[in-house]
Formats: sequence, structure tokens, C-alpha cells
Amino acid sequence: MVKIKEKTKIAPNIHSCTVEAPDIARKALPGQFVIIIPDEYSERIPMTIADWDAKKGTVTFIFLEIGASTQKLAEFKQGDDLYSFTGPLGKPMEIKKFGTVALVGGCYGIGGIYPVARALKEKGNKIICFSEARSKFMLYWNEKLEEISDEVRYATVDGSLGIKGHAYDDIEENLKAGKKFDRIIAIGCTFMMYRVSEASRPFGIETIVSMNTVMIDGTGMCGACRLVVEGKTKFACVDGPHFNGHKVDWDIILSRRKAYLDEEIISQER
Amino acid sequence: MREQPPGERIKNYDEVPYGYSPEEAIFEAERCLQCKNPKCIEGCPVEIDIKGFIKFIAEKKFKEGVTLLKEKNILPAICGRVCPQEEQCEIKCIVGIKNEPVAIGRLERFLADWERENEEIEIPSIPKSTGKKVAIVGAGPAGITVAADLVRLGHKVDMFEALHQPGGVLVYGIPEFRLPKAIVFKEIDFLKQMGVRLFTDTVIGMIKSVDELLNKYNAVFLGTGAGLPWFLEIPGENLNGIYSANEYLTRANLMKAYLFPKYKTPIIRGKRVATVGGGNIAMDCARTALRLGAEKSIIVYRRSRTEMPARDEEIHHAEEEGIIFKFLSNPAAFHGDKNNWVKEVECVQMKLGEPDDSGRRRPVPIPDANFRMPIDVAVIAIGNSPNPLVPSTTPDIQTGKWGNIITDPKTCKTSKPGVFAGGDVATGAATVISAMGAGKIAARGMHEYLMNET
Ligand SMILES: Cc1cc2nc3c(=O)[nH]c(=O)nc-3n(C[C@H](O)[C@H](O)[C@H](O)COP(=O)(O)OP(=O)(O)OC[C@H]3O[C@@H](n4cnc5c(N)ncnc54)[C@H](O)[C@@H]3O)c2cc1C
Ligand code: SF4
Repeated sequence: MVKIKEKTKIAPNIHSCTVEAPDIARKALPGQFVIIIPDEYSERIPMTIADWDAKKGTVTFIFLEIGASTQKLAEFKQGDDLYSFTGPLGKPMEIKKFGTVALVGGCYGIGGIYPVARALKEKGNKIICFSEARSKFMLYWNEKLEEISDEVRYATVDGSLGIKGHAYDDIEENLKAGKKFDRIIAIGCTFMMYRVSEASRPFGIETIVSMNTVMIDGTGMCGACRLVVEGKTKFACVDGPHFNGHKVDWDIILSRRKAYLDEEIISQER
Repeated sequence: MREQPPGERIKNYDEVPYGYSPEEAIFEAERCLQCKNPKCIEGCPVEIDIKGFIKFIAEKKFKEGVTLLKEKNILPAICGRVCPQEEQCEIKCIVGIKNEPVAIGRLERFLADWERENEEIEIPSIPKSTGKKVAIVGAGPAGITVAADLVRLGHKVDMFEALHQPGGVLVYGIPEFRLPKAIVFKEIDFLKQMGVRLFTDTVIGMIKSVDELLNKYNAVFLGTGAGLPWFLEIPGENLNGIYSANEYLTRANLMKAYLFPKYKTPIIRGKRVATVGGGNIAMDCARTALRLGAEKSIIVYRRSRTEMPARDEEIHHAEEEGIIFKFLSNPAAFHGDKNNWVKEVECVQMKLGEPDDSGRRRPVPIPDANFRMPIDVAVIAIGNSPNPLVPSTTPDIQTGKWGNIITDPKTCKTSKPGVFAGGDVATGAATVISAMGAGKIAARGMHEYLMNET
């Protein structure tokens, strides 16, 4: 059980939640995740660690209210206890001096790229963040990102802030215009990460994506999170979650994500 | 033993055999010859005084029987249900030469259940503290046994479990209808009452390394099990609707998907479910599929019935419940529909050839005899190997070919000083009782190590 220290709605349907988890806060590294069970009846839900404070002993994650279990989570208030909270899990993101790094974040991934960008900045990289949402009011953590980046570029589908369209369009245009990135990192929905990988593929820039496949235990036991990378089966939870976006088999991943849609509808009706 | 009738039980998740009444138990116990040189005990991996506890049952001294039983086995309610007695103690029983052997497992279960239902479970007195601290990694049968033995020797025991509930395979794998979870949790409570501290949600190797544990504890036991599922590595295996046995059972048991939507974890309730494999795990998956509403639950196994490694009782239960067995069939591919959902399994028809290393006849493919079966869910239950998380974060621990941690069979010592290991992580996937047997050896080895440590 962990106690919720703070929970804020940071955009429609998007919440940031900070919990007291001193052991995890001491160990967390950029790119790792936790698994949360809000209450006894809920699923085990993987969540990217968006921030932590080793001194205060807190861990922050960002979540989208989409399924039955995340809706449950949204009902929780400051001071409530979460039934189960496990982490840090997964391999951390590779952090070293690359040169110029483009980080692309969408939905929960805006929070997801934050600690990665911060760590890469500390290593002396030039940081360009691409933050995307449907509309300006659905973006969050703009100031936080701006503080640690050399540049933050926004993309909104309705054009209310930054370019009109998606971050992957922006990446593609930048690349076509001859902009040099030494590495691209994308965290967010599967389709976005796929599009970013496709955009960078012709330019041969190493592109790291953070796979959010369905997961249960998060320790390599169930194999639900399996994906195919260069023809080999890998487990996102222990071999990843970060993989080279040019090497993963996207067809399999995009179809596996949809597997539980029917059940999700039943679950939300009751 | 009386059981829920097959037609009834496939509609619920309740336990199948009801267990003996006291009269039935006494009647069965009286069949024991009280041999001078009992053979049964030789077959028991934890050396239970079998004829001793049976005698107490025959004399209606159930309490004394439980006490004697628990001297050697702290989890009798569990072992009485899931041990393969037919190849351990019962196969050796003298009565069995001419008749049915004494039902040792059922008698063991009877005593444990009797105690749980009738008695305040007695907490054994704990000796004065030795001042030594031990960390146990993994709360499966191996870890539980080590914890119980060491705490009763006066050591301070902390147990770390990756999942949100303790019990290991007993909780996430073996289904409720075979082993009610309330029994497992009761046993864990018993450990806690003896002073063992349990930390769930704690993945060793991630939140703490083994080396960090060694800074705080005098010794560490690794009982992390064999949790890494094998896949067939055939085309189409990543289609939707294909599960590893671990995922299928974890969803159903640990996450209680059979109570969906009260419990929110979904599981795909196929109408035609194919389970690939022939062990206990495969039987559990196939029988779970029936209870989740499958019209046809099919076991696909590449050898024949005689070679199936599952316990007889499990195969028998599966047959009674109407599981369909496709023997001598080896999956070659899964085929999907346009939305990437599995819709067929393609199998190679096999025949039995010469015996292989394991002594079982090796299946060989019959050329041009592939066939396809319509399915909407498939479960791959062909085995597991040890979980690599701890070895991969503990570079100075020696592992074998299958990723198993190498140990000294007499003490369960690993190559790393102060670190012991046992159960499935050392042997590869085996049995509850062999994990407990290893736990007993490890506890002795660790006790000796702790007391001689300077
Ligand atoms: C479906 C199924 C049915 C079975 N049926 C039978 C049967 O009928 N009879 C029988 O005798 N045997 C049966 N077995 C086998 C038996 O369950 C195992 O041999 C036994 O549980 C092994 O015990 P263990 O303590 O070594 O490991 P496990 O029971 O696997 O426990 C290991 C524990 O360690 C935890 N862990 C792993 N890694 C870490 C980490 N890094 N940090 C912290 N914790 C960690 C795991 O979460 C788990 O709880 C069955 C197995 C399965 C899967
Ligand atoms: S071998 Fe059979 S008859 Fe002899 S003591 Fe054991 S259980 Fe009784």
C-alpha cells in the first residue's frame, strides 16, 4: 500500500499523481515504470514514472482515464491508499552524450519524456522536446519541459498551439529540412511511436520507443507483453520497455493492443 | 473420495473433491498395516512419519496426528491436495502391491482440514533470538518452507515477494478448484504469526539487489521459481487470443478474471480453446477454459496418453469433465483472421518412435499429414524456465544451461557466499513438495552457516 500525496487533474481526463514510495524514489531511473493496482478488484496497470524526488521519497506518474481501472484510479483522492504499487520495473533509458536529442511525448508520454530529457540534459545533450495533444488545453507540463530543454515544440491537432497536426509531422518536416538529430526518443500512444519511427527510418537516425504493450506481472512471468524485435520474441517488461523503433514488428503490436476492447466496454458498463 | 459431479463442477470454481469425513478417514487409516519397515516414508521428499500420523487418525487422535504431520511438513493442507503421491509415497505402500494403496495424500489433507476447521491453530514457541537476520526472495513453497524452519530456530526472517500476494505458483498458477486460495493464505498467516515479516510488491533485482540484501542480512535465500514461459516459436504465435499458460492462469487465478466484471481483469472466453502441452499446467488451463465457458476445450499433445507428465488424478478429472485430447499432434502454425485473431491451429500428425533420453518414446512427424482445427483461444503450456531477473542482476551467481541457479545439493549453497537457492529456480519447473524439500535442506544449510559465521 502507498499513500497518495497529491493528485491533480492536469488536463481533461489526464491526472498527475504523486505517492509516497521512498524505496522506489531512491532507485528510480529515467524510463522505468511502476505497476499499480488501485483497489482489490482492479487490474495491474503499468505506468511510466514521470518524476520522483529521492529526498522527499515521492514518485509521480501521469495517467489517462480510459479503462475501468484507470477510472477507478481517478476517483482516488489525496490521502487515500493504493492497494499495490510495485517498481521500479524495466530497463532504464540509455543516458549518455549523444549530441542533439529529439524527445517526442504524447498523452502520458509528455510526462514520460520529462525525466529522460532532464537526465540527457545533465549529460550535456542539446534537448528538443516535441509535445503533442489534440488541443492546447490538453497539453501539460509545458513550463517543466521548457525549463530543462533547449527548445520545446508543440503540435496540436486543432492548431491552437504550435504547428497544426502531429508531432510526427513536425519531426518529419524537420528532418526533411535537413535538421540533424543524433537520437530520437518517443513515448506515448503506440500509433504515435510507430509514426515517429517511420518518419525517421529513411534518415537512419536511431529512434527509441517505449513499448506499452499489455502487461500483467511486469517481471517476465506472463509473456503478455511479448513483441517481436528483429524476428525474435522479446518481453517489454524485462527486455524493454525501450526498443529500437526501426526493428520492432509494428503490425503485431498494433493489433495486440486492441485485444480487450470488448471486455473493456463490459467492464465500464457495470 | 466423494467429488463434485463433473457436469456440476465445470460450471463453478469450487474445489472438486470434498475431502473425507472423520468416519471415512478412520476407515481408510485402518487399512494401513503399520509396517515395521514402512516403505511409504522412503518415497516422501520431506520424510513425514506417515505411519505415525495414520495411526493417530485410526485412533481418532486427530490433534496429535496434526502435530506429528506438521513436524515435517508445514503445508499439509496444500501437499495433501497437490502432491503426486501416486509416484512418491503411495506407489511404495505395501498395501498397494495387491490392492489400492493407502490413500496417504487424502489422509494428510483430512488432518490439515480438520485442524483448520476445528482448532485454534497453535503457534509454536519461538526460541530466543540468535541475532541473525535472513532475507527470503520469493514467497512460493520453497521460500515459505525456509522461512518457517528458520524462524522456528530463532532467526529473524524477512520475506520479499514480487507480486501483490504471496504463495507463488500456489496462488497465481494452480486454480481455485484444485487448491482453494483461502488455504494458502491461512498458511501464510501462520508464518506471519510466528514473526516472519512479508514484503509484497518487492521485486528483488530491481528495487534492491542481492548485494544490497547482503548488507542488511546475514544470509539470503532465493526461491524465485521458474516463471519464464516458453513459447512454441512457430508462425502466428503472436496473434490475438494466444496466451502463455502463465498469463492465462494468472489472469484467471491471481487476478480473478473468472469473477469478471466484478474483478476488472479481462480474459478472453473462447468457445473453442486449445491448450498445447501435457503436464499439470496444461490440465489446469484446459479445465479453467471449461469453467470460463468453453464449449470445446482441447488438449493438443505431441506424444500419447502414456507419456503425458500430468498426474493421473488430473488427467482423470480432465477426462471426466469432457476435455478433448488430441494426442500425437504437434502445432506447426496458428492462422488468424483479418483482424489478427487466432482462428485455426495447424498441427503435424505424429507417431511414436524410439525412446529418447527421458525414456519416453520420441514423437516423429508423419509426412504430409498436417491438419487444421478451428479455435478461438490457444494456451501454450509447454513449460517454464527459471526467472532470469535475479541472476542477471547478480553477476557473480553461477547459473546452468537453462538459467537455473547452480546449488550444492546438500546445503543449497550457491556460488555466492551467504546466498542459498532452492525450488524451481534451481531444478527447473518441478513440484511443490520438491520445492519444500529443497527448502528444508536450505534451512539446515543456512542455519549451520549462520551459526558458524563470525
Ligand atoms: C499451473 C501449475 C500447476 C502445477 N501443479 C502442480 C501440482 O499439482 N503438484 C505439484 O507438486 N506441483 C505443481 N506445479 C509445480 C509447483 O507449483 C512448483 O514446482 C512450485 O510452486 C515451485 O515452488 P518455488 O517456491 O520454487 O517457486 P514458485 O512457486 O514459482 O514461487 C516463486 C515466487 O518468487 C517470486 N519471485 C520471482 N522473482 C522474484 C524477484 N525477483 N523478487 C521477489 N520475488 C520474486 C514469484 O513471484 C513467486 O511468488 C504446478 C505448477 C503450475 C504453474
Ligand atoms: S507402506 Fe502403506 S501400509 Fe505400510 S506403513 Fe506406509 S502407508 Fe501403512
